[in-house]
Amino acid sequence: MNGKNFLKPFMESIIAVTIGVLVGAIVLAFSGYSPLEAYKALLDGALGSKYGIALTLSSATPIMLTGLTFAISARTGIFNIGAEGTVYFGAIAAIAFTAAFANPLMGLLGGILFGAAWSLPAAFLKVYRGVHEVISTIMLNWIAFFGALYIVLGPLANPNDPNKTISVPESARLGLILKETDLSWGFVIAVIAALLSYYLLWHTVLGYGMRASGYNERASKYGGINPKLAIIWSFVIGGIMSGLAGAVEVMGRPPSYAISQGMANIHGYGFDGIGVSLVGRNHPLGIILSGIFFGMLKAGATSMQIEAGVPLEMVKVVQGIIVVAVAVPGLWDLVKNLFGRGRQ
Amino acid sequence: MNALDMVIFNLMGALTAMVPLVLTSVGAAVSERAGVVNIGYEGILLMSAFFGAIFAEMGGNAWIGMLGGAFIGMLFGMLHGAITVYLKGDHIIPGIGINLLALGVVAFGITAVWGTAGQHQVAIKMAKWYTPYGPVSPMIFITILITLVTHWVLFKTPLGLRIRSVGENPEAADALGINVEKYRFWATVYGSLLAGLGGAYLSVDWLGTVTKDISSGRGFIALANMVFSGWNPINALFGGFLFGFFDNLSIWVRTNPSVQNIVPWQFVATLPYIVTIVIVAGVIGKVRPPKADGKPYKRE
Repeated sequence: MNGKNFLKPFMESIIAVTIGVLVGAIVLAFSGYSPLEAYKALLDGALGSKYGIALTLSSATPIMLTGLTFAISARTGIFNIGAEGTVYFGAIAAIAFTAAFANPLMGLLGGILFGAAWSLPAAFLKVYRGVHEVISTIMLNWIAFFGALYIVLGPLANPNDPNKTISVPESARLGLILKETDLSWGFVIAVIAALLSYYLLWHTVLGYGMRASGYNERASKYGGINPKLAIIWSFVIGGIMSGLAGAVEVMGRPPSYAISQGMANIHGYGFDGIGVSLVGRNHPLGIILSGIFFGMLKAGATSMQIEAGVPLEMVKVVQGIIVVAVAVPGLWDLVKNLFGRGRQ
Repeated sequence: MNALDMVIFNLMGALTAMVPLVLTSVGAAVSERAGVVNIGYEGILLMSAFFGAIFAEMGGNAWIGMLGGAFIGMLFGMLHGAITVYLKGDHIIPGIGINLLALGVVAFGITAVWGTAGQHQVAIKMAKWYTPYGPVSPMIFITILITLVTHWVLFKTPLGLRIRSVGENPEAADALGINVEKYRFWATVYGSLLAGLGGAYLSVDWLGTVTKDISSGRGFIALANMVFSGWNPINALFGGFLFGFFDNLSIWVRTNPSVQNIVPWQFVATLPYIVTIVIVAGVIGKVRPPKADGKPYKRE
């Protein structure tokens, strides 16, 4: 990766983020809030203290993993937006496996297995029936939502607390990196997953095949690559990542170590991950950076609500604008021309 | 309620539930016939449901809400069209962006506008005909009319021929002097406008409420219906009735105590989504998408 190739996508993401923040400020002003106050409260909550920084990193953890799901598939030419549903089953598996074995490794294994398994229907529908993955994964997300809701309210329900499932036993929880914060070793797991994804995509034969079939399916076939197998692998590895996201979230996020009723505490990570991946240019290393940025937005949202009175969903508005801006091709060139530097 | 009544009741419910699906499918069919894929209809439905309710309450009239929803749809169609048609961007990513944006805008907006979290009962109601089998909205007839007119324009007029030609073979259309970008752009706008109308129908007419997940995957079910119908508006009307039947059935069964005791409601709720996957998996290979569907056109 030389400097020039790196600069343009990096600058484009920076511009997209800037547009998101600016348009977000306009939305805030129109809704009768003070943008400055809101953003100040957000930054304060996310970066103003040791606890805030820890919260930023722990909020980044699951969305980095779901971002990898999208990125790995995107590199294979597939739009896998099924991370959302996979997270639910990863979390459920972690709770069920740790209830049976009381060991963190078994919890992670449960997340990996369920994540991989739930990715298979969309993979097979794509490869053997040609069903577009956008339709199948969205439908599977809804099926997962209601299926998981049934499990959360039924088999895994907490007999002592109707508001959540049984908790992950203490011996199976991921330890905290910093005491009295939300930051667990789950963050390290997410970073390692990103590094492994980078290694997989750019330094292994399987990864080469995946990228080749994503770049040009027909040409890769001539080159002796089986694009169907590459697509199935991209779904399975992606499923493992978001299964892990769900597992790490319930095993490493204090205080409840459980799934709350209506799955509020594991909801939305799959969709956040899409934004993380796109802003990170579908590159595992970019995802570490953009994951931390989006984690900052999530971490600061609560203090923005408390201190500036802005509904915390505002950060999702900013996130959405950023992703729309990322979709504008040649953003960097547009801005360069705008400021007249592109003339020479 | 005897068995026959129950059947009629559910068929009427299917007519009610089909409206947003058919409008979106017909719009999507026009857009894709012109070669522009848009997966942002889910977000457009959601945002139009939200803004449509605001327009209706501000204007004091349900029809103002419907038009407002269509207007919002049109704006997002223009955004998608500008990115995909004029800037030659990817067709999928802007749609993902619009869907994510909608999740934020509506959740934020409901709190910011009405001060309630996640749900708002719309104060304005659409005037309907009330029958023993449930209410009948005038939007059902408008939807059928829009479908028939769109079908006629698409397949029987020079305008329709041009729309289809820029999605089938833009090089040839360009060589014949057809402005590919113009037709693609306005076909995209039309598609999103119809989805916007369907979104406003959800809140102002059918469900009478705005929630942060009111679209519930219908934008994607509509895309599945578009594939199922072979990118053909009249087929999409019948397909929409079928998908609407299962949409309505799952709502009806969920609230029916005699069934609730046998099957958990969560399983019934998955019905529309399972049906969608099965139907799409079944028809693929039997239908053919427009040849240049989803491919940006750049003049050589």
